[in-house]
Amino acid sequence: MNAYWQCLRGIVLREWLRFVLQRTRFLSALVRPLLWLLVFAAGFRAALGISVIEPYDTYIPYEVYIIPGLACMILLFNGMQGSLSMVYDREMGSMRVLLTSPLPRTFLLCSKLLATSLISLLQVYGFLGIAWLYGVQPPAIGLLIALPALLLVALMLSALGLLLSNAIRQLENFAGVMNFVIFPLFFLSSALYPLWKMRDSSEWLYWLCAINPFTHAVELVRFALYERFTGLALAVCLGLTLLFTLLAVLTFNPQHAALRKKG
Amino acid sequence: MGRGGHPMNALDVSDLSFAYGAKQALREVSFSLAPGRFAALLGPNGAGKSTLIALLTRLYDLQTGDIRVGGHSLRDAPRPALKQLGVVFQQSTLDLDLNVEQNLRYHAALHGLSRRQTALRVDAELARQGLTERRRERVRELNGGHRRRVEIARALLHEPRLLLLDEASVGLDPASRLALNQHLRSLCREQGITVLWTTHLLDEVQPDDALMILHQGRLVACGQTDALSLEHGGDLSAAFARLTPSGAVQ
Repeated sequence: MNAYWQCLRGIVLREWLRFVLQRTRFLSALVRPLLWLLVFAAGFRAALGISVIEPYDTYIPYEVYIIPGLACMILLFNGMQGSLSMVYDREMGSMRVLLTSPLPRTFLLCSKLLATSLISLLQVYGFLGIAWLYGVQPPAIGLLIALPALLLVALMLSALGLLLSNAIRQLENFAGVMNFVIFPLFFLSSALYPLWKMRDSSEWLYWLCAINPFTHAVELVRFALYERFTGLALAVCLGLTLLFTLLAVLTFNPQHAALRKKG
Repeated sequence: MGRGGHPMNALDVSDLSFAYGAKQALREVSFSLAPGRFAALLGPNGAGKSTLIALLTRLYDLQTGDIRVGGHSLRDAPRPALKQLGVVFQQSTLDLDLNVEQNLRYHAALHGLSRRQTALRVDAELARQGLTERRRERVRELNGGHRRRVEIARALLHEPRLLLLDEASVGLDPASRLALNQHLRSLCREQGITVLWTTHLLDEVQPDDALMILHQGRLVACGQTDALSLEHGGDLSAAFARLTPSGAVQ
């Protein structure tokens, strides 16, 4: 048991050191959500009125509405990018080192997913800190309650990223992932607009949003931030995290990449 | 060294075949290495060396045949087998932004070593590789020779009985190449570690080394270098030319 703990600790510590040493890379990941918050939301606040919806008790400005979506956006980008690089990118070398560990491959992959997810959380809280200074201030206790929700979402999206990179050859290119995975997940969700607004414009778009796992991720975080609980979102996120992780581990095989290259 | 398996062997490869789809990369490769041997695995590009390394390090799953490290099957008991295996890959797999010690500690963690064991083993390996002074230096700041030594220190941290080096001298200047080669031989002599060294450079092989030559996925020669050389008129280059007709070795 101790060997497993030492291994997990080592993998998390390595991600932490890389986070500390590559500050610019991680800071640049904050630019995207901050642009959305400071520029896009400022421009949109006049155009998009938000009525009183759960979990908010009163009318809220648009900046307040999109904070959970932007927090999840950080996790979405990191999850996809991290998992793809884990298999195909320059990390291939360190992946080989990881796999020479005598511990089970399933454990190694899950540890890696957990480590990258924990580091993503640091970025999310960095973003929430800046948003706090900007004036978007959810209850302090909500920030704490949201922690497990954000971790679950981070794990779900990292596992999805690993599963996609195992399964689909064309996704070796990150631009492809942006167009076919990240953008549809993000825009067809409740991250930027409440679903009833979407329903006003199109019933089928509304249904696409309603079944999008990312919608449930955003709502889980939104409710947690305001000390509320949504069982459906939790069940969906928990179930999909388990499913994606299971499938990602089962389909993970560096041999497949080699076979595709040579085949 | 021989083709038969023995529980005391550091490595037994038996009837190993592997195919990338329809393309056969290894065909019924069998050989064994006794403890403390320095063995060179030679072959031109495309001979199947990289595939063999990928199978030995469990990067690829076995298709046919088996690999036993210290008597433990990679197929049936991968955990004890991998515990006895240290690897230096052809391309550097160090974290360039981490310092020497951080790289070693990460590897120790992957092998489940306790903090106390890690501290002892890191100190010992750094001293053995002459890297104690450089433990806090970032790997990015080290030259190629020193980086290789860090990788060897890392590969030996968990005290493996078999050290696998895949073209580890690539990119090194002649002096570093020679120093690395001599250093590994001293590990065999003094620590009883078995070294399997893949290369395509003839001058890295010595007469008393075990030698295996791969060509088009087949093991075309397997024995002691001087004996193989004698079979071909005492000229190792001529032996290679004959055994690997379309291959190029230097």
